[in-house]
Amino acid sequence: MTTRGFTGRRQPPEITDRIPPGQSLTDDFPVLSAGPTPRIRTEDWSFTLKAGPKPVIKWDWAEFNTLPQTKFTRDIHCVTAWSKLDTRWQGVLIDDVLAEAGIEPPTEFTLAHSYDGYSTNVPAKDLLGGKAMIATHYDGKPLTPDHGGPARLLVPHLYFWKSAKWINGLQFTTRDEPGFWELRGYHTYGDPWREQRYTGD
Amino acid sequence: MQEQAVSAQAKWQKAAITGLVRQTPRVISIFFRPSLIFPYRPGQHVDVRLSAPDGYQAQRSYSIASAPESGGVIELAIERLDDGEVSTFFHDVATIGDEIELRGPIGGHFIWTVEDGGPILLIGGGSGVVPLVSMLRHRAAQNASPPVLLLYSARTWDELIFREELLALKQEGNRFDLVLTLTREHAAHIADYDRRIDPAMVAELLHRMLSPPNQVFVCGSNAFVTAASDALIAADVPAAIIRTERYGV
Ligand SMILES: Cc1cc2nc3c(=O)[nH]c(=O)nc-3n(C[C@H](O)[C@H](O)[C@H](O)COP(=O)(O)OP(=O)(O)OC[C@H]3O[C@@H](n4cnc5c(N)ncnc54)[C@H](O)[C@@H]3O)c2cc1C
Repeated sequence: MTTRGFTGRRQPPEITDRIPPGQSLTDDFPVLSAGPTPRIRTEDWSFTLKAGPKPVIKWDWAEFNTLPQTKFTRDIHCVTAWSKLDTRWQGVLIDDVLAEAGIEPPTEFTLAHSYDGYSTNVPAKDLLGGKAMIATHYDGKPLTPDHGGPARLLVPHLYFWKSAKWINGLQFTTRDEPGFWELRGYHTYGDPWREQRYTGD
Repeated sequence: MQEQAVSAQAKWQKAAITGLVRQTPRVISIFFRPSLIFPYRPGQHVDVRLSAPDGYQAQRSYSIASAPESGGVIELAIERLDDGEVSTFFHDVATIGDEIELRGPIGGHFIWTVEDGGPILLIGGGSGVVPLVSMLRHRAAQNASPPVLLLYSARTWDELIFREELLALKQEGNRFDLVLTLTREHAAHIADYDRRIDPAMVAELLHRMLSPPNQVFVCGSNAFVTAASDALIAADVPAAIIRTERYGV
């Protein structure tokens, strides 16, 4: 259906091709979160990798920062219909997290856990093969609390709520277990190119 | 607190505009009748979608201002951003009888109903008051009286959306208390404060509430929500009882 009198804003084709359906381009940084911004000191920060209930390895901030670093420039897409192009990140690839822990992915599913109690589910294959990282830097600077610092998950090919802020652990699970937003009406997978915003999309 | 899984699929559907009411120089209320009426809870939002003749579409989220008790018509209160793509359409083009697409309800976290009880503290900045007004209208429609304090921050007296309705509710009492702060108009009016929200203001609100809130809802721009929730944390309000809704930048 056409909306009477609506013409809308247009972008050049080379940009349009990078913007998934229903999204609009922004220069700002989209923020979506359920509660206050936790302020975690790097002295208190740690990251735990788990296979089911069992911890495999735990790093503190200093240890984590000795892991191999990777830089990413990616487009990101927030479910509130914002897309931002060419965002620059630095951190540790999930491939490297597993390699350093000395394990192969034990199951097909994961839950990312955060300091504010938030969790989100991502299939293991979406985190591997250079697709995702634990990001500690944005635009050349340490990640600020607002954007999930000290560290957040970054899975840029899925809607941005999947890129859990204030991450403190990654857990491999035997089943695909819905996380915080997924239990509250958001799509279990969240592919922006298929517009998987909400349950049933 | 209600944390129900939202399992029903919110499908796109046509909705006709049944009314437009100017609220402030920059905000209009628009009333929509969806073709399929859906139940919703106070605090939830809808997505709206506009389509150009060549198939280009734009979509945005808007909180529901009406209460679930108000029947099949949904009220949204939309602020005009001068370079905005969608808000300018609603302000400059939309008229009664126009159809747009809408889906809802959306959001399973920023929700309050009278069954959740009180006391609750509501903090809204600018158009962030909209979902809080839905909660207050629902409370009034249910004749319920859990203690509620609303802090509403706007730039000026004339930019307070739903001002007369809120002042009337305060007059009625019934354990509803209203505190106004105006950030760009100083001491000219009967507002309680004339500055941006800060820890001292939040500490005074908590004192004024007699008993501590069991739930706090904060809504507005990202900067406003961050300032308000940081002030709450500074006043020792547990993070776990603070729920936020951020309107983006
Ligand atoms: C859950 C949710 C509920 C919302 N509820 C409401 C509501 O009840 N009422 C309401 O008016 N809006 C609400 N919003 C905001 C709304 O979705 C749109 O973002 C807003 O109307 C701007 O859209 P636009 O197309 O007019 O502007 P755009 O074309 O998207 O933006 C125009 C310019 O304004 C800037 N901008 C975008 N948003 C804002 C902002 N909020 N403040 C200042 N500058 C901005 C952009 O960066 C851009 O430069 C809500 C947002 C969310 C996520």
